[in-house]
Amino acid sequence: MDFSYSDEQQMLQDSVQKFVHRHYSFDMRRDILASDKGFSTEYWQLFAELGWLTVPFKAEDDGFGGLAVDLMVLMEEFGKAMVVEPFVPTTVLGGGLISELGSAQQRSEWLPQIMAGSLQLACATAEPDSRYNLASVGSSAVLQGDNWIVNGHKILVLNGPDADQLLVSVRTSGAVRDADGISVLMIDANSPGIHRKNYTNMDGHRAAEVKFANVGVPNDRVLGAIGKALPALEQVTDRAIVAVCAEAVGALDSLLNKTVEYSKTRKQFGTAIGTFQALQHRMADMFIECQLARSIVMMAAMRLDSDVPATDKMRAVSAAKSRVGKAIRKVGQEAVQMHGGIGITDELDVGHLFKRVTAIETLFGNSDHHTARFARLA
Amino acid sequence: MNVAFTAEELKFQQDVREFLENEFPRDIRAKVDNRIRLDKDDYIRWQKILYRKGWVAPNWPVEYGGTGWTAVQKYIFAEEMARVGAPEPVAFGMKMVAPVIYTYGSEEQKKRFLPDILESNVWWCQGYSEPNAGSDLASLKTTAVRQGDHYIVNGTKTWNTLGQYADWIFCLVRTDNTVKKQEGISFLLIDMKTPGIKVSPIYLLDGQPEVNEIHFDNVRVPVENRIGEENQGWTYAKVLLTHERTNIAGVPRSKIRLEKLRKLAANTPDGEGGSLLDDPVFARKLAETEIQVLALEYAELRTLAAVSVGNAPGPESSILKVVGTEATQYLDELYMEVAAWHSLPFVPEQFESGFDGEPVGSAGAAATALHYFNNRKQSIYGGSNEIQRNIICKAVLGL
Ligand SMILES: Cc1cc2nc3c(=O)[nH]c(=O)nc-3n(C[C@H](O)[C@H](O)[C@H](O)COP(=O)(O)OP(=O)(O)OC[C@H]3O[C@@H](n4cnc5c(N)ncnc54)[C@H](O)[C@@H]3O)c2cc1C
Repeated sequence: MDFSYSDEQQMLQDSVQKFVHRHYSFDMRRDILASDKGFSTEYWQLFAELGWLTVPFKAEDDGFGGLAVDLMVLMEEFGKAMVVEPFVPTTVLGGGLISELGSAQQRSEWLPQIMAGSLQLACATAEPDSRYNLASVGSSAVLQGDNWIVNGHKILVLNGPDADQLLVSVRTSGAVRDADGISVLMIDANSPGIHRKNYTNMDGHRAAEVKFANVGVPNDRVLGAIGKALPALEQVTDRAIVAVCAEAVGALDSLLNKTVEYSKTRKQFGTAIGTFQALQHRMADMFIECQLARSIVMMAAMRLDSDVPATDKMRAVSAAKSRVGKAIRKVGQEAVQMHGGIGITDELDVGHLFKRVTAIETLFGNSDHHTARFARLA
Repeated sequence: MNVAFTAEELKFQQDVREFLENEFPRDIRAKVDNRIRLDKDDYIRWQKILYRKGWVAPNWPVEYGGTGWTAVQKYIFAEEMARVGAPEPVAFGMKMVAPVIYTYGSEEQKKRFLPDILESNVWWCQGYSEPNAGSDLASLKTTAVRQGDHYIVNGTKTWNTLGQYADWIFCLVRTDNTVKKQEGISFLLIDMKTPGIKVSPIYLLDGQPEVNEIHFDNVRVPVENRIGEENQGWTYAKVLLTHERTNIAGVPRSKIRLEKLRKLAANTPDGEGGSLLDDPVFARKLAETEIQVLALEYAELRTLAAVSVGNAPGPESSILKVVGTEATQYLDELYMEVAAWHSLPFVPEQFESGFDGEPVGSAGAAATALHYFNNRKQSIYGGSNEIQRNIICKAVLGL
């Protein structure tokens, strides 16, 4: 048993910590969010230079190694500072699908571009009525000559507004919710027939609702075997879940630390509010939640990196998402409550951390969904 | 003990329903249904309709314009209002300052202020909290120094809800700092147009400037605008606070929201071919919330019954505040859970009147997060839920 980081992981953590400390103050983040794209292309380039964009990828694809634990180390530090650059959509989700499903040629064409920071991706899986079921795919693709003709409607496409390419789950055979018959197409985001409605999410991240009307996609843009993409979609989403859970662990730590600090300085009734035992015990509970969240995310990351059966990995990820969701609600709400009025203002970082973790609670399935999945896979 | 409605009460219920059906403006109702934010004019227009009917201030004594209703009638009225989504009159004038004026004000002040409140001619806001006086309200530092027949007011008030619309503000100010902090506070009514007042917006997590910071720089307030005795303001304000807490339980609205939530869940696909209502976990959460609201409802009815035989709402009102606000907040969580992915888009502008763009998502799902974030305020204001528990410990349990 060994819970310590390797030298490489330690270095990765140090370099991200240094970066966010120097370049990712709350005010800086606010400016980035207010910019046109809602993230910094300059920072994105820097991420590439620092090698961070290689973290999710395997050594054989010239990546950092592709361990879930590496991803966890990086994302936790991103979480503390609420980094908004589209790391998960482009590298973990989009890049993950190419890495899992792509042919040698597709991988060598696209992955270097991702790692160089010159390609933005988005993954379009959720549909208006799919809820969190990745197999619930109504969007369709039909082969006509050398082209697939795509029709459908995807929602909550993270990084949708800025993506050069969309990785889209489509039904190529069978009925909605059949596990079989789902394929992934890589579609040029500016193809005729694509309508993107861009917007901002509660956490400041950009997303799009995407409609496809008879969009023609060349046959060589299919990733993996026709109709067999569901397992890869699940696996890649699970990896993204570990990434955002690790991010939440970082953000929850920030919420805890800020609340404890505030309680030492805010005075009411002639004394720091942190001296009230009613609040002390609740901060102790927040600490317990943070520790349990951290522990279960480590468990999930280590399981993903081990050679246990696929079902065990899925259960581990669902356990983490379910438990982290609980911690998010508790720690997030308590942090706001103990700050009093200032906690729900736009001017304080606490509210923004609260918003980001609340978004994470919903992303890729909330606690109830993952508790059920955990039980079902037993 | 009996909670069944009498024949007269049922008739009254019918009258209220008819009135609301006919008089609650369609356009305002449509806004409420579509979660569009109501503006000042909407509130005033609706309040004036209620005023003309004589129903705008059920809790006021009849002599000042109240309805003379029994506790049951008030309950029926609140429930029917919630059922159609009709907004309660904005509390600051109607439920907060008016009771202080008609209880402790001079005849002169009653004549001067109450009719305009009743008719919604004047918008009030509440000026109690300060940056360093929140839970410990009595430590407030805004000073009012007597100069002839004026007070000169200096200081900063904060969190003033809808203060940007206000014509008048009622304030707690320090008139003596040589005595125990509660004993040197006075209750002043201040015209917001007085020179030296500056209002700055504070934006909340839902992106709206719902509250403000208000600065007073040598603001001259006629002594005749003081309620009651100098240095007795704390006593007056405390009475008001218990009223505020009783109003805060929000049972009728929570019941309606539960009903709507059940319908919404029945129409929300669970992604597996059924509806969310078929999901036993969600159905159970819904049932538990319903049970909690039912218990709250009967706790409130007991309090109302006690008040109706002449008792002032006591520390039990703290129960209503704590449980009522927590129920509201939990309902927000359930609404977000139903909305799932659709709760993520943050597009406050599409819930403003006049928005004519292409909306994101469907049926107001994107408003659920706005409500969730905004309603975190409920356990903070009106005496935070921690302070309510302290009150229960001290005043009820003798700890
Ligand atoms: C949206 C909103 C609208 C408001 N509208 C108005 C308005 O119109 N007019 C107005 O005057 N005020 C208004 N308020 C102010 C509100 O009443 C205060 O926010 C409230 O009294 C809490 O004060 P505070 O924010 O300074 O928090 P603090 O008093 O600093 O409290 C911080 C935390 O410490 C806890 N705490 C404090 N003392 C104790 C204790 N002894 N034991 C245990 N826990 C304790 C609190 O419960 C809270 O969790 C509003 C507030 C909000 C958020």
